Amino acid sequence: MIRSRRRPHRSQGRPPWLLLLPATLGIAFLVLPLAGLLVRAPWPTMAERLAEPQVLQALRLSLVTATLATLACLLLGVPLAWLLARVTFPGRRLLRALITVPLVLPPVVGGVALLLVLGRRGLIGQWLDETLGVTLPFTTAGVVVAEAFVAMPFLVISVEGALRAADTRLEEAAATLGASRMTVFRRVTLPLVAPGVLAGAVLCWARALGEFGATITFAGNFPGQTQTMPLAVYLALETEPEAAVVLSLVLLAVSVAILASLRDRWTGTA
Amino acid sequence: MTLRARVVVTRPSFHLDLDLTVAPGEVVALLGPNGAGKTTALRALAGLTPVDDGHITLDGRPLHTLAAEDRPVGMVFQDYLLFPHLSALENVAFGPRCRGVGRARARRTALEWLRRVGLEEYAAVRPGRLSGGQAQRVALARALAAEPRLLLLDEPLAALDAHTRLEIRSRLRRHLADFDGATVLVTHDPLDAMVLADRLVVVENGTVVQEGAPAEVARRPRTDYVARLVGLNLHRGAGAGSQVAVGEVSFSVADPVEGPAFVAFSPSAVALYRTRPDGSPRNLWQAVIEGMERHGDNVRVHLEGPLPVAADVTPAAVAELGLTPGQPIWVSVKATETHAYPA
Repeated sequence: MIRSRRRPHRSQGRPPWLLLLPATLGIAFLVLPLAGLLVRAPWPTMAERLAEPQVLQALRLSLVTATLATLACLLLGVPLAWLLARVTFPGRRLLRALITVPLVLPPVVGGVALLLVLGRRGLIGQWLDETLGVTLPFTTAGVVVAEAFVAMPFLVISVEGALRAADTRLEEAAATLGASRMTVFRRVTLPLVAPGVLAGAVLCWARALGEFGATITFAGNFPGQTQTMPLAVYLALETEPEAAVVLSLVLLAVSVAILASLRDRWTGTA
Repeated sequence: MTLRARVVVTRPSFHLDLDLTVAPGEVVALLGPNGAGKTTALRALAGLTPVDDGHITLDGRPLHTLAAEDRPVGMVFQDYLLFPHLSALENVAFGPRCRGVGRARARRTALEWLRRVGLEEYAAVRPGRLSGGQAQRVALARALAAEPRLLLLDEPLAALDAHTRLEIRSRLRRHLADFDGATVLVTHDPLDAMVLADRLVVVENGTVVQEGAPAEVARRPRTDYVARLVGLNLHRGAGAGSQVAVGEVSFSVADPVEGPAFVAFSPSAVALYRTRPDGSPRNLWQAVIEGMERHGDNVRVHLEGPLPVAADVTPAAVAELGLTPGQPIWVSVKATETHAYPA
């Protein structure tokens, strides 16, 4: 990556108030709520609150389901990104548009759609229930499905971008050495786009971790089974606001950790 | 391992139609200006660019029906395209592994090839840490380790600096001499082509305009492009015995020729005079100096007039004759150094 060199300082005059004022308000708007979270946190009782079984339960469930959802997204999303980036077929642009719909779709709508297809009376859900005895809605597996549905576009877009940026001539070189397309993918393409896949996976995991709408619609809110951290935060706010603050802080810490791990990639500075 | 190919590729702004035959052990250079279609032809042979028509056979076996990975072809790319995530050894072992050789044997083969190109001690090094010349040698080893029957080289020396180029050129020549399959080499550098190839095929605008042994092509160019490459003045005229008429100038030539003919002579065979010289009026005409430039130890004088011609004279002669651009001058060419051949 080419770093832009620091421009020689030249006198630019004072920044105009008309821009400076809204910019300052913007900073306050983004930073103050997070600061408020830190200020209002019940620091003296923090340790014992964190150790409460409901908190640990929700945290563990969130981590497990987000990780499983990310694995599912990798398994399906990487080949899908490859298909979009490397194979020319009619309707490819339409398909790409369809795949990115969950990105902009309100998650609640996604949850409703999932219920219609995978619910007990759904198009596929009914068949799953009757022939295989598998029920997805209102189960932990349902949480994974809801999270994967919402998060997968992030992975697909990230990996497809990496695939398009990768030098396809290396794949041609591999072909002249006798590598089949599968071998090319496994031994050349995948290692080349590994950083992109990793970034996509982290983004996907973060999105899955924060998922609320689709999860509560499709999987419900059963403590220990489908109640993930965001759901626990929302519920605690009504009964026990201090607990909500503690749970929120945990999610904030995780988000900041993710941002730090991706700092080089996204902000473009070391 | 005779390669016989006719490659036709049609693009909206480009048409390539190339006939090519390469004997086993023979090195053929496709020489031509940028955009002539050389690389497209090479990619078509490798199966990386689909052909619109034609055929490719290697020892009677059709290749054009096979996918790139199924062709017994090795290719060295212009910028080598070594896999950046693999060591030099793994790069070279890649081909044998793909052809079903076991891991241990593939590594032994790769190591042997690295030894042959003199890079044994760089086996564990990633391509990013190799110099241009080393990367080129690894790329050659990688292509040859897959045991191809047809070796394709795309501008193999173009990315090297002048000094490395000299060394790699002679190394490459040795490796090509050891290779018993057919080799097709693409270059726009006449020196690379002359040194490395047994036969030159000159390609311009998608078609073959001349082919033959390097010495033959250098002596008897048939297009302006080839003439410029080998540094000769080339003109087309009408031959009648030992006379060739090029426009209003009549050339006396060493070798008699009838009908449409080329006249070729070196810039150093051209003599310049301030006043009309006495004696033979043949091979003599009046021209105007268009410009002058330094050319090695001499000065190259570009002449306008009935014939555009380049002349090489010594700096002393420039001073003596007081040559300046725009000045009229008498030009003559020695008949003994004027080659004529049928067009």
